Amino acid sequence: MKAEARSLSFYYGDFRALNKLDLAVHEHRVTALIGPSGCGKSTFLRCFNRMHDLYPGNRYEGEIRLHPDNTNLLAPTVDPIEVRMRLSMVFQKANPFPKSIFENVAYGLRVRGERSRRALEDKVEAALRSAALWEEVKDRLEDLAFNLSGGQQQRLCIARALATDPELLLFDEPTSALDPIATASIEELITELKARVTILIVTHNMQQAARVSDYTAYMYLGELIEFGRTDELFIRPRHKQTEDYITGRFG
Amino acid sequence: MAYAKDIAEIRALIARHKRRDHFFALLGLAALLVGVLTFTALFVDMAIDGVPRLTWDFLTNFPSRRPERAGILSAWVGSCLVMLVTAFFAVPLGVAAGVYLEEYAPKNWITDIIEINITNLAGVPSIVYGLLALGLFVYQFGLGQSILSAGLTLALLILPVVIVATRESIRSIPQGIREGAYALGGTRWQVCRDHIIPYSSAGILTGVIIGMARAIGETAPVITIGALTFIAFLPPAPLKAEAPFLSFDWVMSPFSVMPIQMFNWTSRPEAAFHQNAAAAGFVLVLMTLAMNALAIYLRYRLRKNIKW
Repeated sequence: MKAEARSLSFYYGDFRALNKLDLAVHEHRVTALIGPSGCGKSTFLRCFNRMHDLYPGNRYEGEIRLHPDNTNLLAPTVDPIEVRMRLSMVFQKANPFPKSIFENVAYGLRVRGERSRRALEDKVEAALRSAALWEEVKDRLEDLAFNLSGGQQQRLCIARALATDPELLLFDEPTSALDPIATASIEELITELKARVTILIVTHNMQQAARVSDYTAYMYLGELIEFGRTDELFIRPRHKQTEDYITGRFG
Repeated sequence: MAYAKDIAEIRALIARHKRRDHFFALLGLAALLVGVLTFTALFVDMAIDGVPRLTWDFLTNFPSRRPERAGILSAWVGSCLVMLVTAFFAVPLGVAAGVYLEEYAPKNWITDIIEINITNLAGVPSIVYGLLALGLFVYQFGLGQSILSAGLTLALLILPVVIVATRESIRSIPQGIREGAYALGGTRWQVCRDHIIPYSSAGILTGVIIGMARAIGETAPVITIGALTFIAFLPPAPLKAEAPFLSFDWVMSPFSVMPIQMFNWTSRPEAAFHQNAAAAGFVLVLMTLAMNALAIYLRYRLRKNIKW
């Protein structure tokens, strides 16, 4: 077990977007969050790295425990920066900085105070290799990141997230802006990455959840309806509602 | 893995980084206070001197040689009328030029040169506009030392600001909106009229008000074209009892404006006139604040349904 949400509720002002969620995120496994638009799956994901703290009027209730040290990520005494140093996030739309490929990957390390050129080069190369991008960019690390294709940009963002050795990697619909070929390469990457990092992924694509994840949680209107092993949830859903959604009758 | 040790290290790192974070927060606050305190000090100082003079009579009296009877009627009416003429010319000209540059003009070196020159115009000293206007509007066009001449001069002065604001605002409209409208078969003019101009109106308005706030305080170009420093009558009324009921005689009338009235009073030796100048300055600042308040309100109204 890597992380655990316990009775987690989340409010945008007075509006309750998440209602008492419980979820276990297993170590070195891929956990997928699925559900129709507006069900709160992205909101849930963004609780893990305290992204909601950036905007006023947001409020958490309940806990997210990160193991093995059992830290409550949502505790007011825990600095959101500390949380973000331990967890990485990849966003829906690739959001590279308008800097070079090298600097994009190196930025997380620079934030952590790394100054040695040698150490930066080693870690950038390792991260780009893990993101299956090294062979494509090794000769043009000083090129602007914007010159990469959409799929490459997203893999660059994954490299940026990996460079800091996160304990948990959050993906927020990472392939929704990509073509099928780029999507396939990202999915392959996710499957490879779980050997070294625990992954939590939001996806609106059920086939994707079935392909890449080990565990799946189905959410609807801010509630967690069903959670289980992906093969079981897709073959024998326990709830009628889950069955309707995964068979495409609704959603 | 030794997570506990790592967390301790992370916390030490954050604590170190946070010191700089707090340092910048303090620095930024101090920088902000320099501006805020300076303005507050000026405003309070002026208010202390001027507010006791601020009576209804002060607003409704003409200038006078006796400070206690002198008022700013001709000055504030003049300022308002000049601003009206300025807005009447600067807004359509500036918006049309801005829209043309962004949506119509081919992207080539001629356009680039025009763009650079417009930006540079914003930095030309205002007295230069005054001299240009004296030669062109006052003598060449024979408009005389009138409200119209002054309004046109100040319109030229703020034109670059309006154009730049229009263009910045148009550029912030996502390309997808344009494509959506063109995909339905709209012409360029239809797309501009129905989408580009309405969606950028909040930004345009901000630029217009910033320009107007600058124009209302301008002294040099208005003196150059020959605004009066002592005037004891108002321009003819814009409404008449007989047909056609509207009259534009006022645009050709001699006039004064607030900053000139202030300048005139501060150059007098008597302390009582200095109080009058402070009171006039107070009213001028209130006029500017009122314009900005209007801009904020309109911007809020116009931006309400727009999200990008």
